[in-house]
Amino acid sequence: MRTLLVAVTVALATSTAAAAQARDSAAAARADSIRLVRERQLIDSLAKVIRSLEGRVDSLVRAGGAPAAQVPQAQTARAAGAYMNIGFDLLSDAGWSTESDVSSLQRGDHDPVVRGFTIPNAEISLDGAVDPYFRGFANIVYKLGPTGQTGVELEEAYFLTTSLPGNLQVRGGQFFTEFGRQNPQHPHAWSFVDQPLVLNRMFGPDGLRSQGARLSWLVPTSWYTEAMVSVLNSTGGAAFSFRSDESAEIHGGEPVTRPVRRLEDLLIVPRLSTSVDLTATQTLLVGVSAAFGPNNSGPDARTQIYGADLYWKWKSARASAGFPFVSWQAEALFRRYDAAQRVSVTDSTVTLPAERLTDRGMYGQLLWGIKPRVVAGLRGDFVSGNTGAFASELRADRYRLSPNLTWYPTEFSKVRLQYNYDNRKGLGIDHSLWLQFEFILGAHAAHKF
Amino acid sequence: MQTIVILRMAAAALITVSGSGPTVAKKLNVVATTPDFAALAREIGGDAIDVTALAKPTEDPHFVDPKPSLLVTLNRADVLIEGGAELELGWLPPLLDNARNERIAAGSPGRVVASQGIRMLEVPTTFDRSKGDIHALGNPHFMIDPLNAKIIAANIADHFAQVDPEAAPIFKANLERFDATVDQKLAEWQRQLAPYRGSTLVTYHKDFVYFAERFNLEIVETLEPKPGIAPSPAHLVQVISTMQARKARVILVQPYQNRRTAATVARQTNAVVLDMPQQPGAIKNITTYIELMDYLVQTLATGLEAKP
Repeated sequence: MRTLLVAVTVALATSTAAAAQARDSAAAARADSIRLVRERQLIDSLAKVIRSLEGRVDSLVRAGGAPAAQVPQAQTARAAGAYMNIGFDLLSDAGWSTESDVSSLQRGDHDPVVRGFTIPNAEISLDGAVDPYFRGFANIVYKLGPTGQTGVELEEAYFLTTSLPGNLQVRGGQFFTEFGRQNPQHPHAWSFVDQPLVLNRMFGPDGLRSQGARLSWLVPTSWYTEAMVSVLNSTGGAAFSFRSDESAEIHGGEPVTRPVRRLEDLLIVPRLSTSVDLTATQTLLVGVSAAFGPNNSGPDARTQIYGADLYWKWKSARASAGFPFVSWQAEALFRRYDAAQRVSVTDSTVTLPAERLTDRGMYGQLLWGIKPRVVAGLRGDFVSGNTGAFASELRADRYRLSPNLTWYPTEFSKVRLQYNYDNRKGLGIDHSLWLQFEFILGAHAAHKF
Repeated sequence: MQTIVILRMAAAALITVSGSGPTVAKKLNVVATTPDFAALAREIGGDAIDVTALAKPTEDPHFVDPKPSLLVTLNRADVLIEGGAELELGWLPPLLDNARNERIAAGSPGRVVASQGIRMLEVPTTFDRSKGDIHALGNPHFMIDPLNAKIIAANIADHFAQVDPEAAPIFKANLERFDATVDQKLAEWQRQLAPYRGSTLVTYHKDFVYFAERFNLEIVETLEPKPGIAPSPAHLVQVISTMQARKARVILVQPYQNRRTAATVARQTNAVVLDMPQQPGAIKNITTYIELMDYLVQTLATGLEAKP
């Protein structure tokens, strides 16, 4: 294009010069100079047209002309992984604790449970659009126990509706119950190596997770408010405070067989949460949750759990890779476990009286994203329970303080160092040091707030 | 603090109530993931629409917090404009999962995918994260080529017309006006940068590739060794030697990138750091796409002119 422009200019200029030479009268010279100016104007306007044409041609080319081959190529490559996102996440821990029976200290199912090395969570996650009405999710978890044996669990498998009217949404299948803030999060999304003590005490080693359905309503207010209720099976290890085979650890009695006879034998979990942006850079999210269901200390015994949670975050308006930020997360829970009169598991001649076992606890964690990819954290844990007829180790007073430091080389990997100062009433003080490494393969890790 | 929150909630509730009154004409509620798409939407929609951008103009658009307020914004949207080339992959999907809004579902008239019809650059032939945070569909920073902006504007106008056919003539007229302005301005921008044809530059991230192609500039290095990977000292040494060999005298940075690193390199190479935000609104009084491009071209021309 530009060569053409130059050629035209040169041709016009030479012809003009030749013509000027042929004449010698002043009038003719003036006429020539006028012509010269006109021709220059013509060249200028032609150049303008050429430039605009140049732009248009380019625009057409970009809009899908010549390089058509390039675009489909990318789409073909993409098609291989289409219809379903596949991801794999590995958490591996290494460390030491002054308590030799580490699993008595670190009671979470995805905590480091031995001195030395372990893999508490290796997870295959699948998700995708089922059809225009549903999305489907599944998380299959492999984990190594204290002796290195592999355990497999269908951690989550559920559908989510996408197009119900009235701002409603239904989730169905097996899923982490939406009680509080951390319970629905996967271990790799946690900001600390281990499960908060209070969640372990109320919900057991694996958190509150069961089969059922959850109905949610996004309230049509101009700020975020969501009301939801889950109806779930009340049995199994992940319904620890309810009809769990391991409930003897709480009340010390022989669990009774308790079939589901009516709706109240299911687990009902309501939750209400709301959030406001305090400023352009600060967000506050608060929620209250409860769980009501039967427990198997007796045929009519029941448990109630109440919780309140708060999350506050500041993130710089000029955040790079999400840093710097400061966040504060806290949850407080209270459990009323009405234990029925029951036969002691350790001595069948002993009958434990009907009693109300109450437990409470909270944790608060402060995170500071100092600079891109580096986060310093501090968590305080506290749990306490009243005195029952059975002295359960799981209900004793305990507090723990955990500073940690996490480095994220990218959003697909992390290295975390954490120290725990642990004080169990009657058992004394323990110190633990854990190093955690994580990597993610496959589908991009989208973050929830 | 609590009082403020309560007051805010009350004010918000009042706005909700008054907003739903029958006297208020129904405007299209348009949500764009980033402010640049929002600016284009404003050009096309004018007074017939309300526009909200989810990302702040100064923050890294790869890492936006999917906070609950954004969920509410998406729940109310009539139209969503997204980049479509994985720029928002880390935060938009979980919001959309819970937005409960069929109007902006994938494939509906209310969903505009900006990358549609764009000739993408740097489309990877293999997907390998050891090469850094690459995007499967190509480099997603395509808005700073004005000819791409024209294609996206046409795409937006088309979708607006489908969602609100009554206002279609307005959108068409606005599109024609925008196209004419871009054509005229592009000639101007090209004239301004023509003296610097073939100039060498350095950027922080691979985010000026489309700009360089449009204006015949050559990006010889990025401060990031690989996309999304923080600059390492060893890599910066290499950048400095390349800059000296290739006579690169400017380093382009965006508001959220580490300006201090850029300044260190600039000191050692006798170069200048130019603040070149790609989002309208990042700099005071620069709110439209044209104003932004004017600013970028002017800043770069000044920076390149000043070279010794």
